[in-house]
Amino acid sequence: MMLVPALKPSHVMAVWYRNFLVWRKLVVASMLGNFGDPFLYLLGLGYGLGLYIGEMGGIPYMAFLASGILCSSAMNTATFEGLYSAFTRMNQQGTWEGILATPLRIQEVVAGELVWAATKSLISGTAILIVAGLLGGIQSWETAWMVVPVIFLIGLAFAGPALVVSAIAPSYDFFLYYFTLAVTPMFLFCGVFYPIDALPEFAQLLAQGLPLTHAVALVRPLLTELPLTQPFLHMTVLGTYAVVGYIIASHLAARRLLR
Amino acid sequence: MSKAIVVRASDLRKRFGEREVVCGVDFEIPAGICFGILGPNGAGKTTLMRMLVGMSPITSGEYTLFGEPVSDASLHHRLGVVPQQDNLDPDFTVHKNLMVYANYFGIDKTTASQRADELLEFASLTTRKKDAVSSLSGGMRRRLMIARSLVNDPDLIVLDEPTTGLDPQARHLIWQRLRSLKTRGKTLILTTHYMEEAAELCDEIMVLDHGRILDRGTPKALINRHVEPEVVAVRGLHGEVQIDALCEGLEVRRELVGDTWFCYAKDARPLVARCADDANLTFIHRPASLEDVFLKLTGRDLREES
Repeated sequence: MMLVPALKPSHVMAVWYRNFLVWRKLVVASMLGNFGDPFLYLLGLGYGLGLYIGEMGGIPYMAFLASGILCSSAMNTATFEGLYSAFTRMNQQGTWEGILATPLRIQEVVAGELVWAATKSLISGTAILIVAGLLGGIQSWETAWMVVPVIFLIGLAFAGPALVVSAIAPSYDFFLYYFTLAVTPMFLFCGVFYPIDALPEFAQLLAQGLPLTHAVALVRPLLTELPLTQPFLHMTVLGTYAVVGYIIASHLAARRLLR
Repeated sequence: MSKAIVVRASDLRKRFGEREVVCGVDFEIPAGICFGILGPNGAGKTTLMRMLVGMSPITSGEYTLFGEPVSDASLHHRLGVVPQQDNLDPDFTVHKNLMVYANYFGIDKTTASQRADELLEFASLTTRKKDAVSSLSGGMRRRLMIARSLVNDPDLIVLDEPTTGLDPQARHLIWQRLRSLKTRGKTLILTTHYMEEAAELCDEIMVLDHGRILDRGTPKALINRHVEPEVVAVRGLHGEVQIDALCEGLEVRRELVGDTWFCYAKDARPLVARCADDANLTFIHRPASLEDVFLKLTGRDLREES
């Protein structure tokens, strides 16, 4: 099993660059989605719901929600890229197969996809940061910029598991399991809309094992006046999801393609 | 031309679970030739090709490419691969496909762009340079696949059924291009189940079936070794009795395929004369070809995909 140290950066970047070129062609539609969706969420829920709720966890609901939406959007972007887009390239278009006839290895292809998915999270997350800023969802500008590298880490953490699911998926329909069993529960129970203290104890424990909880725990304090606790724990959890996901995904993809 | 050995395989095997699809093959391929792997559907050609280019790990045996174990992905710098299924990038234009592919080899943009233009010229695709891949015909896509496989200026090009599904014009154009690659000193390995293609292009042929090598040699040597020089294909005969009567006293080996009797002989003139006398018969007299060798070696039964 080839691990990270043996990856050639130029090879990983070649895969990244190919995906970037495709993205660049559709940049307008893509950016519209990146800005538009969170804008609507923040407007609809942040203002609308915020009016009734007022404060949540000690801060205005708009600020509370903005950090949550930023994280869930980073999750969604990396997940979609790691599922549908990567699966199309791996299974439908034969793009990976074509690349494997060049000096690139499967581990480098998977790493390139991982970094690309995180890059897309970075793009959409940064878009939300701007929207949130405009809507008054950011309280502490001094630390808000630190969120940018964190978004990238969040992207990696969700791209890893998504690529694992892609590598074992027989078809696109399979992804619905992942959404229903993993993505939607995280969206609802990991602190995006309300603090996880509101959950029963066992559910809180469960939520502590999920990457979105740790993403929110990192991002929210950086954007608001809430105190940041245990940042290294949160980063470690996210990093672990990324690395373990990557290792399993490249192993499974090798088994699938190099038969 | 040097006589260096490009590919060396010894007791090469591939097993998928219980099923062995490549069952211990031994062969060497010298540099500068076009080497054909022939076999019916399911003979193990594609699996063998994937093993040759390192895209299918070998189960056992020894295999070297340019004298190195193929697990070393950097060997792909010297290798061009044209798989059976085209995997051009639908998101890019014709030219961009070559550019993006060149980037995987670490070729800088200026060199890549210049080479892409040359290769599009070579593939007669210059006028389609800016078009979407999806607008190309089957023959053009194949040519682009071949052009793409040349982007790293490889020493060895491996093509899996390069002309399957193409019309005769498209096929001839590809044959011509492949021949010109050979004159440039490239080594070619191709699989095909078109005997005509093998005869046109290949210096040496290996006939494969059920994962085993049935024979190998030059097209001429194979014909000489396995079949008589002349063939008369006769239709319109009813039953063994009639063919017995037709061939009586002549030295003829015969086989029935569907409704046609294939009669093989050193000198077919007497048989041809008899056939001409019978107005109920339709017949063709021709020299023996690779197709006859192929059918003799691999049997005449229709292959069902198992």
